[in-house]
Amino acid sequence: MRADEPLLDWTWVGSHLDDIAFRTAQHLALAGIAVAIGFAIAFALSIWAVRNPRIRGPLTAFAGGLYTIPSLALFAALVPFTGFSILTAEIPLVLYTQQILIRNIVAGFDAVPIDVLEAADGMGYSRRERLSRVELPLAVPLIVTGIRLAAVTMIGLVMVLTLIGDNFGGLGLFIKEGIQTFFATKVYVGAILSVTLAVLVDLILVRVERRLTPWAAARAQGGAAVTSAATPARA
Amino acid sequence: MAAERQAQVAATVEFEHVSKRYPGTQAGAGAAVDDLSFIVPAGKICVLVGPSGCGKTTSLKMVNRLIEPTNGRILLDGVDAASRDVTDLRRGIGYVIQQTGLFPHQTIGENVATVPRLLGWTPARRRERAEQLLAVVGLPPATYRDRYPSQLSGGERQRVGVARALAADPPIMLMDEPFGAVDPIVRERLQNEFLRLQEDLAKTILFVTHDIDEAIKMGDLVAVLQLGGKLAQFGTPEEILAAPASDFVARFVGADRGLKRLSLSRVRDLALIPAVTGRTGDDVRTVRDRILADPFHYMLLVDDLNRPVGWVHQEALPADGALVESMTESMSPLLDPRTTLKDALSMLLDADVQAGIVVDAAGAVLGLVTAEMIAERMRSGVAGSGA
Ligand SMILES: Nc1ncnc2c1ncn2[C@@H]1O[C@H](COP(=O)(O)OP(=O)(O)OP(=O)(O)O)[C@@H](O)[C@H]1O
Ligand SMILES: [Mg+2]
Repeated sequence: MRADEPLLDWTWVGSHLDDIAFRTAQHLALAGIAVAIGFAIAFALSIWAVRNPRIRGPLTAFAGGLYTIPSLALFAALVPFTGFSILTAEIPLVLYTQQILIRNIVAGFDAVPIDVLEAADGMGYSRRERLSRVELPLAVPLIVTGIRLAAVTMIGLVMVLTLIGDNFGGLGLFIKEGIQTFFATKVYVGAILSVTLAVLVDLILVRVERRLTPWAAARAQGGAAVTSAATPARA
Repeated sequence: MAAERQAQVAATVEFEHVSKRYPGTQAGAGAAVDDLSFIVPAGKICVLVGPSGCGKTTSLKMVNRLIEPTNGRILLDGVDAASRDVTDLRRGIGYVIQQTGLFPHQTIGENVATVPRLLGWTPARRRERAEQLLAVVGLPPATYRDRYPSQLSGGERQRVGVARALAADPPIMLMDEPFGAVDPIVRERLQNEFLRLQEDLAKTILFVTHDIDEAIKMGDLVAVLQLGGKLAQFGTPEEILAAPASDFVARFVGADRGLKRLSLSRVRDLALIPAVTGRTGDDVRTVRDRILADPFHYMLLVDDLNRPVGWVHQEALPADGALVESMTESMSPLLDPRTTLKDALSMLLDADVQAGIVVDAAGAVLGLVTAEMIAERMRSGVAGSGA
């Protein structure tokens, strides 16, 4: 980078607003798709694991194993099968969400107090009613925690997608180009916007959680906190 | 309550050779519940009591089939519980557990209306029922309806648990240490309130506790269980205290069971001693003979409405004239006929007098009760129990 260059070249920013908007939206979409598909899969697997204690161990071990595969190796392994398509971009992302999401969703269901479950059974809830009306609402705080972690992690990981081509980098592409052309403004724009995106998404999800769990807010004010929710371990 | 009540008010509950052996326990090891047989008539409270691990909770949960018996049958109004649809069965049985099991994510009103919602009542009817029941258990609906369980004290939560179990007016209630998680003073109050409620409700109730005093107080019938899930004795509290069936039962009810029995009887159960009385204004000469007939030469002065004023000793009587209040030298504690003998005895001992005066609701003298009479009653019951 040239020494006399200003930190941010505002003229460049002003003339590339369209480009910036497009890549920000693309970034968000790539991360959003991964979290959405990842959540659908993780939710189904978690419910299966909650109902069948025997598959819990293997499932969490498998999801944890996926998380340890280096992303570069995974992209490289997929290219022969899926080329430089969006599948090559999203498959690794979705796989990486599994460890975070499954852990938190299962922890969410585990955190439902046993006496609450017993009361529900004793009063004549069917299995489905109990799941949808008692367990799921009470698991929401930890489920949302999982989604937040997954979303922030994915917003970071999308940067790496420039590896498989300029079509999938989102804001990461600015950083790659900035470094290649020694143009600091591009690097800063990419970095600042991706961090902002992560923070904003996280704040929005916190809001959503509050909306979904008015009772938890009441508990915080009430002071009579009786919480047994497990803090999820992070990888 | 009466208008809301459905046709079926209570049901008999019958255990017929019920056993439970949990899977995984070896054949040699004891069962959790072993050949339990007893009948609870409709409208009665039967307390299951015994040391920790004796199978009380297991027995209770077999009634609403949270646990299935290994052997035997449980008949509800003559119908085998095992033959009923399980969710249907459970919605017809009120269930209260020690930890309350309130749904943290639902308001108190929603919690109470749980079973009505499962039964498909309209929202308006559910709301009305929830408010009615909150009032019944002493929680003003306007204050409590929209709160969450975390915003209530332990005692309030237990009341909500009871209200929730009553919501669909089930003929049978199962209560597993329902007042276990509160301090003794609150527990006492909840017990009293519940007994008063039961006078109207007349449900058939299976009530679990490990506290013999609670069992004696709450039970029309008491089933004492011992380790291994065996029925050690089944009977009224009076029978169990008067004649424990085994050393185990005698030890479990405690060495002070004579004293405990006193809390089962009330002053009205005694044959009261008639009091020698004189009315203010009576001529002294007409009462002198009566006062001398009293072993202690005392007479109770009463007013026009026969309400006690105080004791008069014969030495305080002048040669002639009228009885006046200034002749009295002392007063005794006044006892209601509903006072338990245990409370009556302690009042007499505290006041350091021989006799208490039993008065009716209007305050008029019914008769006298002495500490000696109460002690005699205690001795007569324990004698012959063989312990
Ligand atoms: N799910 C289970 N699996 C195996 N054994 C069990 C199970 N539940 C209870 N038991 C055993 O059965 C016996 C009776 O248990 P239960 O819970 O009925 O006792 P309890 O009388 O209610 O005791 P407490 O007063 O401590 O609540 C105990 O020895 C207990 O260890
Ligand atoms: Mg128990």
